Formats: sequence, structure tokens, C-alpha cells
Amino acid sequence: MTTTTRPSLWEYANPVKFMRLTDWLLPLVGWAAAALVLVGLVWGFFFTPDDFRQGSTVKIIFLHVPSALMAINAWIMMLAASLVWLIRRHHVSALAARAAGPVGAVMTLIALFTGAVWGQPMWGTWWAWDPRLTSFLILFLFYLGYIALWSAIEDPDTAADLTAVLCIVGSVFAVLSRYAAIFWNQGLHQGASLSVAPGTRMDWAYKAPLYVAMTGFGLLFLALVLAGTRTEIRARRMSALMTRERMQA
Amino acid sequence: MIALLTRDLRLAIRAGGGFGLGLAFFLILAVLVPLGVGPEGRVLALIAPGILWVGALLACLLSLDRMFALDFEDGSLDLLATAPIPLEGVVAIKALAHWLTTGLPLVLAAPVLGILLNLPGPAYGWLVLSLLLGTPALSVIGAFGAALTVGLKRGGLLMSLLVLPLYVPTLVFGAEAVSRGAQGLPAATPLLLLAGITAGSAALLPFAAAHALRINLR
Amino acid sequence: MIPDLGRYVVEVTLAYAVSLALLAGLVGWVWLRGQRVRRELNAVEARARQKK
Repeated sequence: MTTTTRPSLWEYANPVKFMRLTDWLLPLVGWAAAALVLVGLVWGFFFTPDDFRQGSTVKIIFLHVPSALMAINAWIMMLAASLVWLIRRHHVSALAARAAGPVGAVMTLIALFTGAVWGQPMWGTWWAWDPRLTSFLILFLFYLGYIALWSAIEDPDTAADLTAVLCIVGSVFAVLSRYAAIFWNQGLHQGASLSVAPGTRMDWAYKAPLYVAMTGFGLLFLALVLAGTRTEIRARRMSALMTRERMQA
Repeated sequence: MIALLTRDLRLAIRAGGGFGLGLAFFLILAVLVPLGVGPEGRVLALIAPGILWVGALLACLLSLDRMFALDFEDGSLDLLATAPIPLEGVVAIKALAHWLTTGLPLVLAAPVLGILLNLPGPAYGWLVLSLLLGTPALSVIGAFGAALTVGLKRGGLLMSLLVLPLYVPTLVFGAEAVSRGAQGLPAATPLLLLAGITAGSAALLPFAAAHALRINLR
Repeated sequence: MIPDLGRYVVEVTLAYAVSLALLAGLVGWVWLRGQRVRRELNAVEARARQKK
């Protein structure tokens, strides 16, 4: 494999291409994300009617659903990036997976928190050991383990390899945990609020801002991952330069 | 491979602590929980399946970090990696040795601790059966976690963080089988799922663990 | 301008406030780390060029 024998190839060629691409892409995505999140949340918070059953708590959906969506998608993206890294040895991919970890963890945290705040008036409890809530809590633990393993290993390639393996095994067990949780306790949580199936249960007054917020969160995730990947690339270049400095000295 | 198994077993028994430690921990947990929860039999009977399963899980976790760490430090893991037997086999044997020295004693001790925790009569069979089916999965998953963290200086705590979420399905199905058995409900479904997890992890995770070991030995 | 949130004022505002704080924290962390690494890299590169 070229990357193991000639580390200079990735160090300059691929990341350089990535940096050149994101130089103009990142501000674009970043501002679009900021605009859409702002529009979605302001629309959701100020200009939506109260639900006849849930009252004003329905407004929490504009935070809860997008963050829950991105919490899962972030893990899927990490899984894909890990597979690319293990198969193609594409370094940017490993670094993107690393950058996605904290973002996904925060998204999971937001989903959990908004869910708890929402559950309090609706179900009369801050926390219920409902399958969806439980799965999300377990997902959060997986994120913590993933981030901890990244930061614990010094050699960057070893860290990338081991976290990729962990991510793949963890995905299998996360899915298993999800089914275990459903088996364990049939829950309070309502079914998916949005579905492609006929007889949609939500009015457009809610759906429109929700879609805006979801797109915004997606773009926000993308922007944060791109920014994080750029930082990781710089950090690796820096450590490579510093190693060379030490060797010359 | 048999030689490796007997070597590991002998080391585990002789090295002092490794063998009895998990068992002692299990016992202490079963004593501490009633002290914390209160001596009321009804409450204890209700939570006994969960406590016993969580106890078995933590006791397993306790001895995991020595699975590869000692061999990694004195270099015998390098020898094993270059030995004619595949590294996947080495991992499986090591997990088996871990189960024989940790999991099996826990299974045998669990009914005794069940008495301490006022476990209802019909649950004993399910308890032993579910632990017998489930603890091998704990050892294999633990072997994977130990393989991931073998190169780290302070890997023990990190390994717990990595391994415990992976234990969730095993714990859920195992404890569910026991508590269903305790209430006289049919418990075959969780037991079958538990057996499925054990079989699946035993078949696939040695490959992941061996891969992780190779990365760490690079 | 503030909408009438009825009985659930605390819940809804709490959800928005904490979530936005978390998001802001995340964005800020990514941003600050990016800036710091960029600064340090520039310093290291300048040193490397000087030596040449």
C-alpha cells in the first residue's frame, strides 16, 4: 500500500486537495447552516400555533427531531468513514470520523435533554426507561467510548485503526441494544413523527419549519465536521513537522 | 492450542488474585446491595435477577485487563502472533480461559448468592441457565475490549467505558430471562436471543479482536 | 413579540436555552480549537522555513 511506505503522499496530496475544496466550501456551508438553523428555530419558536393536546411544548420538536436525526446520522457517517479508512486507507476519512465524534455526542445530548424536558409535562416524568430514550442514552455512551479511545492513543494511525474497529463493532451492538431495549420495555414514546406513509400525522404549519430546522442541523453537522477535519489535518501536519524538527536537532 | 489453554489456566490460578478476585467481588456485591437497599424480602426478590446479572458482568470486567496485558508486556504476545496458530484462535482460547476462570465460577456461585438475595424458587434454574449461556459472550466481548486497549498504560478504566455499552444486550436479555422465570412467565425467547448473542460474538468478535491486536503489535 | 407559551413556559424556554447553549459551546469549541491549531501550525511552519 502506498500510504504505509510513502506517508508523504497523503500528507500533502489528498489533504491539500481537501483543504483547497473546503477553503471555499466551509464558509458557504457554515453560513447556510447558521441561516437555516436560525430561520427554522425562530419560525418554530415564534410563529407556530400551539398543539391542542401538547400546548406550547410542541415547539420543542424543532430541536428534538433534528438533533435526534443528526445523532444517528453522525454515527452512520462515522461508520462509513471508518470503513473507507480501513479499506482505502484514506487519511482524511479517518480524521473526518474523529471530527464527527464530539458533534454526534452533543447532538445526542441535545436530543436527550429536549426529550427529558418534553417528557416532563407530557408523560409526567423527566426520565422514563423507554426504549427510544434508553437507546439514545446507550448511543451517548458509545460516543463517549469512541471519543475516549481516540484521545487515549498517541500514535495517530493506530488510533484511527482501533477506533474504526470499535466503530464497526459498536454499530452492531448499538443496533442490538436498540432491539434489546424494545424487547425489554414497550415504551411511552410516540412513533416517528414524520413518515412517508400515507395519513401523515403532522400539519404543514409544523412540518415546514421542522424541515427547515432539519436541513439546518444537517448542514451544521457538515460544517462542524469539515471544520474539525481541517483542524485535525493541520494538527497532524504540525506533529509531523515537529517530529522532523526533533530529528534534525 | 490445548497447551495454550492449560498455560493460561495455570497462570490464572497461580498468579494469585486473578482467579478468586472476581468471585470475591461478586460475593461482596451480593452482600452490599441488601445493606444498601434494606432487608425487605419482597424488594430483594424483585431486584435479585438484575443484581446478580450486573454483579456477574462487573466481576467479569474486573479480570479482563490482564487477559492480554501480561503477555503484551513480556513479549509473548508477539510470539503468539507469529506462531503457526492463527491469532483469531489465540483470542478465542484466551477468552475461553477467561470464561473458565471467571465466568464458570460465577455461574456456580450465583445460586448461593441467589439465596442471599431472596431469589424466588422457580428462578434458580433460569438464573444458572441464562448465566451459562450469557457469560461466554461477556468473556468474548471483553476480549475485544482488552485487545483494543492492550497497548495503553492506563487502559483499565478506558476499557470499562468501551466494554460496558457492548454488554448492554447481553445484560438485558439475561436479566430478562431470569425475571420472567421468577414470575413464572415463559422465558425461552430472551434465552434464545441471549444464546444468539453469545454464538454471534463467539463467531465474529475473535476476528475483530485479532485485528485490533495486530494493529497494537505493529 | 414573545409568544404566549401558556403553562409550559419553563419547559419550552429551558429546552431552547440549554440546546442553544450546547450548540454554541460545540461551535465555539470547534472554532477555538481550529484557531489554536492554525496558529501553532503557522508558528511551526515559520520555524521550519527559517531553518532552511
